[in-house]
Amino acid sequence: MAYKILKKEEIAPSVHRMIVNAPDVAKAAKAGQFIILRINEKGERIPLTIADFEKDKGEITVIFQEMGKTTKQLAKLSEGEFLEDFVGPLGTPADIRKLGTVILVGGGVGVAPIYPQAKAYTRAGNRVISIIGARNKDLLILEDEMRNASSELYIATDDGSKGHHGFVTDIMKRILDSGDKIARVVIIGPPIMMKVGTEVASPYDVEILVSLNSIMVDGTGMCGGCRVTVDGKTKFTCVDGPEFDARKVDFVELMNRLAMYRNEETKAVEKYEEECRCGLH
Amino acid sequence: MQEIHGEKAGKSKKERTPMPEQPAEERIKNFNEVALGYTKEDALAEASRCLSCKEPKCVEGCPVNVDIPGFIKLICEEDFSGAIEKIKGTNALPAICGRVCPQETQCEALCVLGKKGQPVAIGRLERFCADYERQQGVQVPEVPEPTGKKVAVVGSGPAGLTAAADLAKLGHKVAVFESLHKAGGVLSYGIPEFRLPKEIVRQEIDYIKQLGVEFKPNYIIGRIKTLDELCDEFDAVFLGTGAGLPSFMGIPGENLNGVYSANEFLTRVNLMKAYDPEYDTRVRVGKHVVVVGGGNVAMDAARSALRLGADEVSIVYRRGEDEMPARREEIEHAKEEGIIFRLLTNPVRILGDEKYNVTAVECIKMELGEPDQSGRRSPVPVEGSEFTIPADVVVIAIGTSPNPIIFKGSEGLEQNRRGTVVADEETGATSKCGVFAGGDVVTGAATVISAMGAGKKAAKAIDEYLKEK
Ligand SMILES: Cc1cc2nc3c(=O)[nH]c(=O)nc-3n(C[C@H](O)[C@H](O)[C@H](O)COP(=O)(O)OP(=O)(O)OC[C@H]3O[C@@H](n4cnc5c(N)ncnc54)[C@H](O)[C@@H]3O)c2cc1C
Ligand SMILES: Cc1cc2nc3c(=O)[nH]c(=O)nc-3n(C[C@H](O)[C@H](O)[C@H](O)COP(=O)(O)OP(=O)(O)OC[C@H]3O[C@@H](n4cnc5c(N)ncnc54)[C@H](O)[C@@H]3O)c2cc1C
Ligand code: SF4
Ligand code: SF4
Ligand code: FES
Ligand SMILES: [Mg+2]
Repeated sequence: MAYKILKKEEIAPSVHRMIVNAPDVAKAAKAGQFIILRINEKGERIPLTIADFEKDKGEITVIFQEMGKTTKQLAKLSEGEFLEDFVGPLGTPADIRKLGTVILVGGGVGVAPIYPQAKAYTRAGNRVISIIGARNKDLLILEDEMRNASSELYIATDDGSKGHHGFVTDIMKRILDSGDKIARVVIIGPPIMMKVGTEVASPYDVEILVSLNSIMVDGTGMCGGCRVTVDGKTKFTCVDGPEFDARKVDFVELMNRLAMYRNEETKAVEKYEEECRCGLH
Repeated sequence: MQEIHGEKAGKSKKERTPMPEQPAEERIKNFNEVALGYTKEDALAEASRCLSCKEPKCVEGCPVNVDIPGFIKLICEEDFSGAIEKIKGTNALPAICGRVCPQETQCEALCVLGKKGQPVAIGRLERFCADYERQQGVQVPEVPEPTGKKVAVVGSGPAGLTAAADLAKLGHKVAVFESLHKAGGVLSYGIPEFRLPKEIVRQEIDYIKQLGVEFKPNYIIGRIKTLDELCDEFDAVFLGTGAGLPSFMGIPGENLNGVYSANEFLTRVNLMKAYDPEYDTRVRVGKHVVVVGGGNVAMDAARSALRLGADEVSIVYRRGEDEMPARREEIEHAKEEGIIFRLLTNPVRILGDEKYNVTAVECIKMELGEPDQSGRRSPVPVEGSEFTIPADVVVIAIGTSPNPIIFKGSEGLEQNRRGTVVADEETGATSKCGVFAGGDVVTGAATVISAMGAGKKAAKAIDEYLKEK
């Protein structure tokens, strides 16, 4: 069983879009779900959000950022090559209904999971205000796609090289302050951004959802490695989520759990890059 | 023949032939198989102890009723091919059962020799025959004419594998859907290499593939397709999805870094080979490891942790050693390897540092109270007996229940309060037309051989159902 890489491009420095042939996954995919892939027999299983899907063509798009060994190795693969394993769609689909006006906030590669939601919320008849951001304009992804999928699009960069100089959450606050009736805010990005965004939005009378990214193995509820605390109770992100009521999430625990293998991960990257330099890969 | 056996056993063979093993101090440094298997001489010596009873009690103890005196007699005659054929008449996975069956509570528990001395080492002999066959190269039986019927098997553990093999032998077209990337269920992700080499599991699966069974890994029923959709596409469905959902204790500190479910710990180690630096998956190697539980799963986790390089591994169990549900042999092996047993002890909370890393487990001593309705004395905490055990890795091995994912999109599939699928004991028939189930998904966590037995019965019932359909 192997899954062919149909297309691959670098859409921002160290951020790649990959289209994979996986007809069964594509047929069942819904916004908010993810896949788990494994590059080869010795590889680890890593989750990536389904950034787009074409049911008829049997294609799944993922967008990933080079972080450590596996994503760097993934970035080196070319069109026409194969992934050993590609399983999905995993996770409970996002709860997308007609609500009125929704704000979608995406930071960094978090824009990738926001994109299918923007399309789905729009299709469900919502007014979709999207806010996307990155550290600088070069790192900003999916700007055109997001503009097409949203009613309004705002941009923020940390260094001010494009759009608002500052954070996506600043824009979100401004909209919430404007008095417009907002039914829901969805925030997806690095945990610290989701945590801060949640704190900013919490005082308002608005539903807040986040999509969590805890460390996973199987993605089917079998290992419990992805557990998070929500409303004081243990939940498995891969089956109970990844989307949760943001006000109830224990972000500090999440961030600490994400750091569990940090030392080993650093070593793995160093070793991998050393091997690459020696021409072993 | 019978007398000769009887005489021999009566004279000198009270004790069973020992199993050659890797010495404890060596094996704790590797993941290779602990028990090395009988030589031909060992097997002949052990087989000669069997009395060839006319009404063999041992057979009653085996959930699939292997013809035990029959195959042992063939061993005595040095007809090892005949012996394995006899076993395979009722048991499709003898290399596995010979290694992992809890023989001391099944076949060997009822062997007459056990009354005065030690029972015949039936499991070891079964393993010997299966290993002999594997060395010779396994014969693939002829597959009968296709019936034109299609059966979906969900889950590739022992229940699913057995059902798939039997259905294929009856000429039905079988597809096995497995959510993980590798087939085998607990045999692949749970039971460690040192107890059940994965090469054996692979060979058994290859054999089933040669019967024409199609394996579909990375295929989660309830996600990619629902059970209802499978019912539309196939003439019948067998559910062998096991009991893969880990239970936690619900005590404070359970989400600290370094606390694993046994499923996660063992999946990382076995399926993902975290012990091999060539593989990318990691597992935290503890200095002080605490494993909570008293079953096979706990023993496997503890012994794996030791092999990963832990300095000290202890098992914390709330009852006494006699109540431990693990196979006797594994308890003995664990002790030989230096695993510390802290019995009548229960964790009350897990302590950590500011980075959320585990530092210790606080436990309380237990004592056995008055017998409850079932007559079992249940453990009660001894007030004020709390103490802490330093730990940087904690593995929770207190049980599992069926993964509910299969119920998504399965109209009319009845389940029990415990989350198990309701199925007829004899046929595996569920409340949903054309859907049969067996193994841990029906019984809750049980044994390899009982899952296989259920797969076998269901295959027969499915065949009858398809004939009538
Ligand atoms: C539901 C979900 C959806 C995700 N979607 C995307 C996406 O669309 N695009 C994207 O770029 N990233 C996504 N991620 C994160 C992505 O899985 C990690 O970046 C990736 O696993 C890092 O692997 P690595 O070996 O390259 O880096 P490593 O150096 O091994 O890890 C870098 C960091 O990633 C996290 N991580 C490591 N292993 C895992 C794992 N098995 N599961 C989850 N997180 C892990 C840890 O915080 C770690 O510190 C998602 C994560 C989850 C849980
Ligand atoms: C660590 C450990 C050690 C053990 N040791 C012993 C022992 O020594 N002796 C013994 O007799 N028993 C032992 N057992 C118990 C024994 O392994 C189980 O009772 C047996 O494997 C159950 O078989 P099964 O086929 O019902 O399920 P499983 O072996 O659990 O297989 C079920 C399979 O179904 C798959 N699946 C689940 N849901 C889906 C879905 N929705 N779609 C597709 N696939 C799905 C799973 O991924 C899995 O591969 C042990 C168990 C464990 C965990
Ligand atoms: S299958 Fe298991 S219980 Fe039956 S005879 Fe073999 S070892 Fe004993
Ligand atoms: S009961 Fe014991 S001695 Fe008798 S046939 Fe069975 S294995 Fe042999
Ligand atoms: S990743 Fe294993 S239970 Fe969620
Ligand atoms: Mg990694």
